[in-house]
Amino acid sequence: MYSKILLLRFPPNIVDKAIAVNLVKRFDLSFNILKATIYPRKEGMMVLELTGTKKNYNLGIKYLKNIGVKVESVSHDIRKNDDKCFHCGACTAVCLTGALYIERPQMTVAFNENKCSACELCVLACPANAMEVNFERGILE
Amino acid sequence: MAKSTIKKSIEEINRKIKDGKVIVVTADEMVEIVRKNGPRNAAAEVDVVTTGTFSPMCSSGAFINFGQGKKPIKANQVTVNDVPAYAGLAAVDIFIGAAEPVEDDPLNKVHPGQFKYGGGHVIHDLVSGKKVKIKGKSYTTDCYPSKEIRKQIRLKDLPYAVLVNPRNACQNYNCAVNMTDKTKYTYMGVLKPKAGNINYATSGQLSPLLNDPYYKTIGMGTRIFLGGAQGYIAWDGTQHNPAAKRRSNGVPIEAAGTLMVMGNLKEMDPRWLVGVSMLGYGCSLAVGIGIPIPILDEEIALYTGVSDEEIYTQIIDYGADYPKGDTKSLGEVNYAELKSGSIIFNGQETQTVPISSYSRAREIATILKEWIHSGKFLLGQPQRPITSI
Ligand code: SF4
Ligand code: SF4
Repeated sequence: MYSKILLLRFPPNIVDKAIAVNLVKRFDLSFNILKATIYPRKEGMMVLELTGTKKNYNLGIKYLKNIGVKVESVSHDIRKNDDKCFHCGACTAVCLTGALYIERPQMTVAFNENKCSACELCVLACPANAMEVNFERGILE
Repeated sequence: MAKSTIKKSIEEINRKIKDGKVIVVTADEMVEIVRKNGPRNAAAEVDVVTTGTFSPMCSSGAFINFGQGKKPIKANQVTVNDVPAYAGLAAVDIFIGAAEPVEDDPLNKVHPGQFKYGGGHVIHDLVSGKKVKIKGKSYTTDCYPSKEIRKQIRLKDLPYAVLVNPRNACQNYNCAVNMTDKTKYTYMGVLKPKAGNINYATSGQLSPLLNDPYYKTIGMGTRIFLGGAQGYIAWDGTQHNPAAKRRSNGVPIEAAGTLMVMGNLKEMDPRWLVGVSMLGYGCSLAVGIGIPIPILDEEIALYTGVSDEEIYTQIIDYGADYPKGDTKSLGEVNYAELKSGSIIFNGQETQTVPISSYSRAREIATILKEWIHSGKFLLGQPQRPITSI
């Protein structure tokens, strides 16, 4: 399972095409539109969350680029919600940068955001749903 | 010649609790006391050792009676926040199980599924004081004419809600590795390919049943810390296996004893009952349990002095072996090694990852110690022993 939030920019000639529907039909991806706008010069912008297998996700992105859509990733950061984290340690298995680590001997789990690459692996792996994604402010306004 | 042996009864310890004279220590503090002073002196000094564990425990749930509406119903299909509950019980009685996912959950259709909401989350929402939505359907009878019931209700307004967990507090558990070349998503957490990590699940020297390996002091009726309230041991748990292999110190080296526990859900606390989502596996409930071990004699003092170095478990391949029903051990490791953060496995330094919270386990043992010191928690007298060997 793979999921990412993307900002898509459509040139005027393809705004009307049912692109999102194709992503579902051809690549078995599901999407959640967070924002969509058409600008006066008829170019379009859409922020959507795309979910599916990693392979299909990559195929979907290729398809978008081929038909002329500009795909940008939305900058975001990861935070640890300390009200939810119960310090199990499970996230340290997936965090490859060492941003999440166990403090010994007290065996509590700490988060060093300077080391975090925002890969989001911990967001799915945390059983308590304590790792949260925060998006660049303004993008969804 | 040995000095007179120490024998204490639960009544005597309870008298000390009432008189404010009881000495209680946590299981990790007891390790040092027994090491320094020996089990005989430890038994003379200490009356109760408190233990703790905080971990996802799938075999958990709650019996709820949600009360009739205006016209009575014999509800036989019930959901709580769209999570199906077992309703094959009298009229408006249900059992909501921690591992039940919400009705339209995509499960593992896109693998690994996220299992964002399930029975464990319902229980967490209830103890958090949130309103839950109950929907019930039924065929009609002469005495129960209603076909449908809908309610939004809070825990405090439910006529009855009791946590009944058929298998908690596992005495010991395998640790998990993945020998395949694909990431595996298991109830033991995420396992990276090619033995990328080894995950382990118990709280080691703090774990309740590792401190009383033959269940000599506990039984049905033992009062415990459960979900932040006072609960009870009800029976042996499902898959209770006292015949598991043990070391000479009595401590099992593989999965062994389990307990069925219960308590009043209305008194419990969301900090100690947390709904969890195990990626690619399912929903569950993290349950906080602490058991007080009365130090009745020197032998029990020795047991509770057990340290992480003396508790061993088996490394099992959850990539290829376990799914085939093969649980052969790829190696034996103790909890001090596991807790250190890495071990040498097949000649390679391998990361070890806990999936059970040691810091919360210690917090439970400490709370239980305070409860007993303050006199508000008396030891329960076991009415029937837990099956032992
Ligand atoms: S997996 Fe989640 S709950 Fe566990 S330590 Fe990491 S952030 Fe905290
Ligand atoms: S987002 Fe990636 S790098 Fe950042 S804490 Fe989570 S797992 Fe580690």
